[in-house]
Amino acid sequence: MQALLHAIVEPGFFADGAVQIAATLGGVVAVVAGLIGVFTVIRSQAFAGHALSDIGSAGGSSAYLAGVAPLWGFVGISVLAAAAMEQIGVQRARGRDVATGIVLGVGFALASLFLYLGMTYHNSSGEIPTILFGSVFTLSAANLPLVIGLGAVALLTTLTLYRPLLLASVSPELAAARGVHVRVVGAAYLFALAITVALCDLTIGAILSTALLVGPAAAALRLTDRPHRAALLAAGISLACTWLGLLLAWDSFYWPPLRHGWPVSFFIVTLVLAAYLAAGALARGQTKRG
Amino acid sequence: MELAQPPTAPLSDGGAATTDRVLQLAGVTVDLGGRRILDDVSFSLRAGELTGLIGSNGAGKTTLLRVILGLLAPTRGAVTVAGPDPRHSVGYVPQKFMLDPDLPVRARDLVALGIDGHHLGVARPSRERRERVTRMLDAVGAGRFADTRVGRLSGGEQQRVLIAHALISHPRLLLLDEPLANLDLRSAREAVDLLARIAREQRIAVMISAHEMNALLPVMDRVVYLAEGRAACGPADEVVRADVLSRLYGHRVEVIRAGERVLVVAGEGDDAEPSHPHHHDSEER
Ligand SMILES: Nc1ncnc2c1ncn2[C@@H]1O[C@H](COP(=O)(O)OP(=O)(O)OP(=O)(O)O)[C@@H](O)[C@H]1O
Ligand SMILES: [Mg+2]
Repeated sequence: MQALLHAIVEPGFFADGAVQIAATLGGVVAVVAGLIGVFTVIRSQAFAGHALSDIGSAGGSSAYLAGVAPLWGFVGISVLAAAAMEQIGVQRARGRDVATGIVLGVGFALASLFLYLGMTYHNSSGEIPTILFGSVFTLSAANLPLVIGLGAVALLTTLTLYRPLLLASVSPELAAARGVHVRVVGAAYLFALAITVALCDLTIGAILSTALLVGPAAAALRLTDRPHRAALLAAGISLACTWLGLLLAWDSFYWPPLRHGWPVSFFIVTLVLAAYLAAGALARGQTKRG
Repeated sequence: MELAQPPTAPLSDGGAATTDRVLQLAGVTVDLGGRRILDDVSFSLRAGELTGLIGSNGAGKTTLLRVILGLLAPTRGAVTVAGPDPRHSVGYVPQKFMLDPDLPVRARDLVALGIDGHHLGVARPSRERRERVTRMLDAVGAGRFADTRVGRLSGGEQQRVLIAHALISHPRLLLLDEPLANLDLRSAREAVDLLARIAREQRIAVMISAHEMNALLPVMDRVVYLAEGRAACGPADEVVRADVLSRLYGHRVEVIRAGERVLVVAGEGDDAEPSHPHHHDSEER
């Protein structure tokens, strides 16, 4: 019995300090990403979210260069990029891809510069995979207050705008006719999205963070036709994937042949994909029966 | 099928036409992209009446409705919506709505957003609210698909849901942009009857835009006829006449009546009685 338990949860998992911090930070970010991500999917802004997260690599690397905490770099660049997108015209269906594409290009250019400078002057390449692919086990507890604060800002913004945002997502024309300032609402949501993406950048890395934002939300939207239920479900899926990912990553330190441990983000993103596929199968089963 | 909603304002039946005035346009002129789209348009709408906004493609119907809604500022002229809260006393059903089939919003959710979709925060669910939505959906004949995602409904079904969305906040004025364009003859008839009944029973001013007036003729109290940026308005039999429309178009048109139907066609002798200066843009097309 003991042996079986040890096979599933390798010894020391729950007692380990790094695990506890990772589970808390990862958990907070997962819940925020799930809740906010539902609107990203409803508003078809997955590409914008992806661009914001990729640009995060420029933020992370510049923060590294400047010697400040990476989260500040992620948040700073993400909010800046969101403002740029908004100015170029992310609000219009056609302008959206153009705006996103332009900002994405600039972001990658900056990222390549900062990463290059970082490697040249600091002579360290260990930071780069961490910025790009995350490494939640290495985060310190000092991040926690800021992560919770930023998550609360993103959640409060979205919750406050819930009804006008939903109406504007159904039809900007209908919302405008009701006196909703569609552009202001859209910009405020983009701000919340930028913050959320920055949080995901921190825990699972700039390249992978959209998966956590969009995947659980898309899975939840396959299972329910109410937006608020979808948001709660997405938060649950996202949390489950994150915690299970942590567990598997911990276990993987004991896996042959390397016994070296696999990256956490890989597990989280793979689990998110599995959840998305499972939701699709479940939904198809439901329609067949219904 | 009966309308469960009580009338918005106390019924002031009979006479007093001026107090019933819900909307007034005075000298509204709109220029877009350097072109004059609407030129000195004036008319008013009264509670309980159904008005047809008639004009061919590009005549400026949508533009006029957007001006009334306050979504577009006129170059000159004034729009006055009666009532204490003009913004929220106008219901609107847009011309083009492409609702995403995967949108997690059921017909009843969209109608509920008609109550307070512009308010901040999350709505507090209540039995009363739910029943109000259900009654509204039933009243427009959309009760059957209350729990279906709006994007998965047919064009005509979506339209009914949008009418419910517009009506549930008790507007004094209901604007519908080309609501009949996607409907077959029978559904168009049903929709027109429904809208006429809404106008009468709830004492709402209803304005329906259309490029083809025949479906509206049996129920239309008044016509606002748009051509060349100008408008002629009044009861249908006073406006839809060869002399009035010829003056509006700036060239000779004929009005042919065949039974119940009316046909407006370009007449012979192109420049008879142009009492207004021509507004044909020479570069147009
Ligand atoms: N934003 C704009 N900029 C420039 N021109 C515009 C703009 N919007 C509309 N127009 C022009 O104004 C004219 C009237 O357009 P509008 O959409 O009001 O016509 P409509 O009567 O609703 O036509 P339809 O029956 O095809 O819907 C058209 O010639 C159109 O090209
Ligand atoms: Mg139009």
